Amino acid sequence: MAGTETKAVTKTAKTPRPAKGDDLAGLEAGLDALDAVQVTRTPVREVLLRKVLPPVVAVALVLAVWQLLVSAQVTDAYKLPPPAAVWDSLRKMWLEGTLLEVLWTSVSRALLGFLMALAIGTPLGLLVARVRVVRAAIGPILSGLQSLPSVAWVPPAVLWLGLNDSMMFAVILLGAVPSIANGLVAGIDQVPPLFLRAGRTLGATGLRGARFVIMPAALPGYLAGLKQGWAFSWRSLMAAEIIASSPDLGLGLGQLLENGRNNIDMPGIFLAIILILVVGVAIDLLIFSPLERAVLRSRGLLVKS
Amino acid sequence: MATTLTKAEDRAADTASHAARLRHVSKSFATPAGRQLVLDDISLDVAPGEFVTLLGASGCGKSTLLNLVAGLDKPSAGAIDTPGGRPALMFQEHALFPWLTAGRNIELALRLRGVERSARRPEAERLLELVRLGGAYGKRVHELSGGMRQRVALARALAQDSELLLMDEPFAALDAITRDVLHDELTRIWRETSVSVLFVTHNVREAVRLAQRVVLLSSRPGRIAREWTVDIEQPRRIEDADVAELSVEITEELRGEIRRHGRH
Repeated sequence: MAGTETKAVTKTAKTPRPAKGDDLAGLEAGLDALDAVQVTRTPVREVLLRKVLPPVVAVALVLAVWQLLVSAQVTDAYKLPPPAAVWDSLRKMWLEGTLLEVLWTSVSRALLGFLMALAIGTPLGLLVARVRVVRAAIGPILSGLQSLPSVAWVPPAVLWLGLNDSMMFAVILLGAVPSIANGLVAGIDQVPPLFLRAGRTLGATGLRGARFVIMPAALPGYLAGLKQGWAFSWRSLMAAEIIASSPDLGLGLGQLLENGRNNIDMPGIFLAIILILVVGVAIDLLIFSPLERAVLRSRGLLVKS
Repeated sequence: MATTLTKAEDRAADTASHAARLRHVSKSFATPAGRQLVLDDISLDVAPGEFVTLLGASGCGKSTLLNLVAGLDKPSAGAIDTPGGRPALMFQEHALFPWLTAGRNIELALRLRGVERSARRPEAERLLELVRLGGAYGKRVHELSGGMRQRVALARALAQDSELLLMDEPFAALDAITRDVLHDELTRIWRETSVSVLFVTHNVREAVRLAQRVVLLSSRPGRIAREWTVDIEQPRRIEDADVAELSVEITEELRGEIRRHGRH
């Protein structure tokens, strides 16, 4: 009895399966439908509620505490001006037409310097990451340079280049190039070896490997480096502008701050500090964060929390 | 590597008697304990259009052998000949580039092979159709399931238009149902394209389910222990009685090989 059963099973297994092709296509379509990954986007209202509201409330709270401290007269009025006085300084600058001019002087300098840093830092980073001798030679110095405050470069830059825009750019470059190069090095180091192997079997070796595999794979780390590079550019420029003031240089935010100190104009100083902060945050928020998010989202690396 | 651009059409005229020929191939690595022999005197032919599985336990050097055939590494001794140009290679992980869509991944392979721009998109879509993912051209890798990713990876490997396809346990990380379906798919595509396949696995049933010839490697160092020709008609199923029967025989042999290592 057992014997016949075994035979019967063998026979069924050997029966030809005529509609197999169609069967397989249907089976596969079913599996794909079941396994498909659903990608959803958060509705605008929720974004407003979760992302925009909290920082707005935080700023309002800071302003409230500030006004409270002024009202309680915790210190002399000239040391802590009320928010309204800072607002008046801002209005005055706007009406005089100097506000945008001052902002543009600094922002254009920083962005131009940043672009130069980008052009130098990118090939440098690629070189350090891919050529062993270069890495051994200058890798540690490049990392070390990041911890050197860029303000330290201002005195030598003034003596080398004089009080002009070149000196400002030199300080920005010395501050931002190491960040950008290091970001790229870190990005390349984190490229999964599997991608390199896959790239090589596809024929992407040498420069083609750098272009089609290594650079795109390192993009998230590179963008993080750019973000930091921008922060360093902006900070370096402010340091340079505060220390090196000269009528030839035009009025930037750093000089605005320094002028406030010379005139004991506390609302002006507060305004300058707030503007420096706002510009730094705005560039990050308007340029780098959306770029970074777009890259991470397209790779499925953005984890919703 | 001038033969890299060999087209499928030219293959018919190509009189090479093998898609891959390994002659007395050995590989050893330097370790703190001295040189360690990983592969010892491997001689193996893969005929054009043939499907061969390499089977072995851990430490048999299966993946090392594939790397050598793929040209990612050089043998310590012996010679490897792949007349069809650089072989295509598929990994256990899909290895698709996450910054490109499924279609663009395939187009990159075409571009690196030298296919001109205007021909790339239609060819990529044809290959996606071949793996039954016609609608997936614009999908990002993370939007695809594990089985779909491996099918795109297979399409990308086929885009290299190589005469030899190397597969390094490509289905090992998939669930049983998906793996079963992909076995059917691979068999269908292999028969449609007449590509030669050298498929590495540690799964005996998978080896028998797919191959025309199963080559068993011993471990430490890897040597060819035995070969079986699988005379079961395709399409097979992994649960077929004759697949099971041969699997039992091969498993016994494999266990014998493994036991030898416990004896000293």
